[in-house]
Amino acid sequence: MRRALQLLGAQLRVAALTSLQYRADFFADGVMSLFWLAVTLAPLLIVFDRRPTLAGWTFPAALLVIGWFTLLKGVLDGAVNPCLVAIVEHIRKGTLDFVLLKPADAQLLVSTSRILPWRGADALGGVAVLGFALVKLRHLPTAGQAAASVVLFLAAVALLYSLWILAVSIAFWVVKLDNLVYLFGSIFDAARWPVSVFRGVFRFLFTFVVPLAILTTYPAMALLGTLTWRTGALALSGAVVFFLAARLVFGEALRHYTSASS
Amino acid sequence: MRALAPARRALRAFPTLLAVGAAEAVAYRAEFVVWLLTTTMPLIMLALWTEVAREGGPVGGYDTRDFTAYFLAAFVVRQLTGVWVAWDMNREIREGLISMRLLRPVHPLAAYAAENLAVLPLRLLLCLPIAIAALVAAGRGHLTADPLLWFAFAAAVGGGWLLGFGVMSAIGALAFFFEQSLAVADFWFGLFYVLSGYFVPVALFPAAVRRVVLALPFRGMLGLPVEILIGRIGRPEALSGLAIEWAWVAAAWVAALAVFRRGVRRYSAYGA
Repeated sequence: MRRALQLLGAQLRVAALTSLQYRADFFADGVMSLFWLAVTLAPLLIVFDRRPTLAGWTFPAALLVIGWFTLLKGVLDGAVNPCLVAIVEHIRKGTLDFVLLKPADAQLLVSTSRILPWRGADALGGVAVLGFALVKLRHLPTAGQAAASVVLFLAAVALLYSLWILAVSIAFWVVKLDNLVYLFGSIFDAARWPVSVFRGVFRFLFTFVVPLAILTTYPAMALLGTLTWRTGALALSGAVVFFLAARLVFGEALRHYTSASS
Repeated sequence: MRALAPARRALRAFPTLLAVGAAEAVAYRAEFVVWLLTTTMPLIMLALWTEVAREGGPVGGYDTRDFTAYFLAAFVVRQLTGVWVAWDMNREIREGLISMRLLRPVHPLAAYAAENLAVLPLRLLLCLPIAIAALVAAGRGHLTADPLLWFAFAAAVGGGWLLGFGVMSAIGALAFFFEQSLAVADFWFGLFYVLSGYFVPVALFPAAVRRVVLALPFRGMLGLPVEILIGRIGRPEALSGLAIEWAWVAAAWVAALAVFRRGVRRYSAYGA
């Protein structure tokens, strides 16, 4: 465990040093994340231009969901997607050998191999949106509510990461998967809406199959104080289950890896 | 006549290029299905907007069934007009692979066009069940009954494809000048999502915004063919929409050819 943390620290240090070399990227990525925030907000603005509420959500409450969505997107673009591209490339070219030969946990190594802190600029935008929404709601979350939403957000990060590991595992069987990133992004896009907006098949899909509800809706509800303890606990255990499943599947997938030499 | 020789040559090679492209699409089935799944955004928007209409009645003249027809049609049109030439070009220019294409006697843009067109049969095969389901679910009354508008729809889809391909190959050719040309593609897609009718039918925009949107190229790539197909707009509006769309098509192709030609001149990969 201590070794793993040391390794994580070393990888983060390297990422930070690398990113300091490309300081201009900070502005480029910052401008792009503002742009995407505007794109994300556009349909929301049009919906609430016509309606005061949607499926019980007011505009500022829905903004909370967007805030968590943007924050999570920062994590996705800054840490998850770049590593995903890296490992898919490793598998295709057979260079994963170099990672597997190292005396450390392979999953930890590949999932921290390419972290781009500047892409996390989204996260700043997310925090700003959360602040703005709370001011509009005239709602100051209690310490308990804030803590619950942060814990649920961490669960969301764990869940997102697990979904990503599961997706990467597919690449061991299907070698040419350059557009996995886009698939991931497009499913994740639905998380910008409160899950109660969806009905029927979509509700089922987004609650149980790809649990988008856990990603953004529950942290927002926790902040509002409308989330029950039971749902929160279920969300947490859901994240743990996904995490363990991802770990298992990744180990199984590694055994299917046909390296460059064999 | 000499000036037309390259075009004739491209035309003669086109069927073969198409056959090769189609075979490749079948070979990389998994990637193909993944790509199909990434374009499910219209279905999510369908779920969202039908809920809006269900809760509080029609919005901007669209009730739940209109939204269903609109977004199902949007899904099909997106399948028909999607191109990925910018990504291929960016990679091939960066890695110097484009040298191979430059050696061939067919203009590289024609070859890219053939590759991007060749997947359409396979995509149609996957789309048709959905199109039929749309017919049944949304009712026959939702598709335009005017035969002339069916021709207009075909012209709008064709124009949408040409427009998308023109813009995307111009952006792809920017890779001759700077590496990060895909960031431009991202930017373009962001605008496309909002302004083409992909997220929201153009009719739902506030009037002032709508006037601007109608003059921009984005609607031609999605909203226009969809609105024609589901009978939201009549002949005069379809005609003016087509005029704007095809003007943008011409502009995009002029830009693509110009950027490509200037790019090739400064291209300096090994052996070029």
